[in-house]
Amino acid sequence: MTESLFFVFAAMAIVSALMVILNRNPIYSAVSLVITLFSLAGIFLLLEAYFLAVVQIIIYAGAIMVLFLFVIMLLNPGKEAKFLSPTNPRILIITLLSIAFIGMIFTLVSGTANYIGEAASSTGDLGTTRNIGLTLFTKYLLPFEIASLLLLVSLVGAVLMTKRNLR
Amino acid sequence: MTPPLEYYLWFAALLFVIGVAGVLLRRNVIIVFMSIELMLNAVNVTFIAFSRQMNNIDGQIFVFFVMTLAAAEVAVGLAIIVAMFRNKESINIEDMNLLKW
Repeated sequence: MTESLFFVFAAMAIVSALMVILNRNPIYSAVSLVITLFSLAGIFLLLEAYFLAVVQIIIYAGAIMVLFLFVIMLLNPGKEAKFLSPTNPRILIITLLSIAFIGMIFTLVSGTANYIGEAASSTGDLGTTRNIGLTLFTKYLLPFEIASLLLLVSLVGAVLMTKRNLR
Repeated sequence: MTPPLEYYLWFAALLFVIGVAGVLLRRNVIIVFMSIELMLNAVNVTFIAFSRQMNNIDGQIFVFFVMTLAAAEVAVGLAIIVAMFRNKESINIEDMNLLKW
């Protein structure tokens, strides 16, 4: 059951991720990205990360995608932004680097696969809000506070950046 | 029957590679940003898969911080895109060469 659900969610995520990078229209790309994020929330559920699955939907599919759609609508870019043209001399370098990169990642994953043991037995409450909260506010209290500082800085930065007169 | 950890790792690797392809191939800055989000999410899947494998919550806390960072990054990045669009009337990545020489 879990396995078939995994394949359904994974196929949905991969197909819609491909749609993100292959669509000409940025709005369609944004909608495809929402589908990817929802499928990933499903995969988080299968991995007992209940809290993060909900946060994924609220933060990513909610807040971040609204921001993306807002900027797309605001700039109204049309369809002139094309793929890199095949005659561009840089395409050779990009192809070589991509092949090297894909080979590197796949070697890494298949190398890791040899060392994977049995999964630890599940207690069923790994990623509940209670467990996440307890860990976040005890062991990771300082990083949590620093993250709030980061959000404040990015807020000020975003407001400053969009002001009309920077001087 | 739960799928083994390898399946999640392969899935995350595939998602990450799609994100890299988007960054390299697309000329639209907003799509490039979306591809970066794809890569961040692929890494999140890996973190959570290992967290389940070890039955250890720390990986999930890390994903929480990655999500915070992604939110901050998108806010600042989209502000930069809006500012660039105001100056250059374009969101093509080739036109963003202010710091090139």
